Amino acid sequence: LPAAVLLKDTKLMDVKLGQLGSWLAMRDFTPGGILGAVRRGYDRYYNKYINVRKGGLGGISMVLAGYVVLSYVWSYSHVKHDRRRKYH
Amino acid sequence: LPSFPSAPAALRALPPPVAVGVLHTTRPLHTTQQSLAPVPPLPEKGGEVRHGLIPEEFFQFLYPKTGVTGPYMLGTGLLLYLLSKEIYVVNHETAAAACILTVIIYSIKRFGGDVAAFADKLNEEKVATAVAMKNEAMQMLQTAIEEEKKEQWRVEGRGFLFDAKRNNIAMLLEANYRERLLMVYNEVKKRLDYQVAMQTLKRQKEQDHMIQWVEKNVIQSITPQQQKESIAKCILDLKALSQSAHAAV
Repeated sequence: LPAAVLLKDTKLMDVKLGQLGSWLAMRDFTPGGILGAVRRGYDRYYNKYINVRKGGLGGISMVLAGYVVLSYVWSYSHVKHDRRRKYH
Repeated sequence: LPSFPSAPAALRALPPPVAVGVLHTTRPLHTTQQSLAPVPPLPEKGGEVRHGLIPEEFFQFLYPKTGVTGPYMLGTGLLLYLLSKEIYVVNHETAAAACILTVIIYSIKRFGGDVAAFADKLNEEKVATAVAMKNEAMQMLQTAIEEEKKEQWRVEGRGFLFDAKRNNIAMLLEANYRERLLMVYNEVKKRLDYQVAMQTLKRQKEQDHMIQWVEKNVIQSITPQQQKESIAKCILDLKALSQSAHAAV
């Protein structure tokens, strides 16, 4: 009989699609929790791609690409006036 | 009657806490060998990234279901969808982006290796200085250990040192004792010599005095008559002797 793991402790990739809603509701959304999540994400990325002996281009280029995408998303409301259609 | 909130099942399963004298903890303390040093070494290479933009894990994630070309098909489909629905709008910025990207990719392809080598060299130097410092520190500690061992070995010579000192003191004492012995002997000898000198002096004086007294008395007892007679007798004796001597010759 496998040990029953609480839903709270499962990782995101192990959560079944149907449980996604309840899993998301269980997460910690306090300011401290959000800060902790940001720090954890930063630490994971940093230790995987940047804090190595021979770092490559991918480490920073992924960050820059993400920045480009995010800035496009934020400026979409301005860009959509350049679309090729008759009525905007 | 107030209703208490129900504690989670895990907490309820624990034994009830003791009030006094017990550390209030629900987990065992200090079970692992946690320590801050030595720090584990840095990994050699970072995570794999394909085309500089997409991590390798994504390709591995899709491989079982779609094979090798799956992610590329996904990318092409996404791109066409974004373009056709004009979610990505083609305008003057697209031309600018295309030019910039061309230049960036060309420069990366051409100078990437050199820049990487340069950065590696800088890193090497930093690591070399750090390693040199570490080695130097270790060397110093090693020599300190050897010095300490040597000092410990030297301490064993204590015995010899104290023996030598004891010998010195014994000799001093002996010399002192003999000096004093000699002094005592000399003093006693001086006193005894004095006594002997006194005795000899006394005897000599007595002798002298006695001889003088006897001489004086004898001279006194010689009367002038006796003196003349003894002189005549001596002359006669001398004549007789000379005659006998003439005869012998």
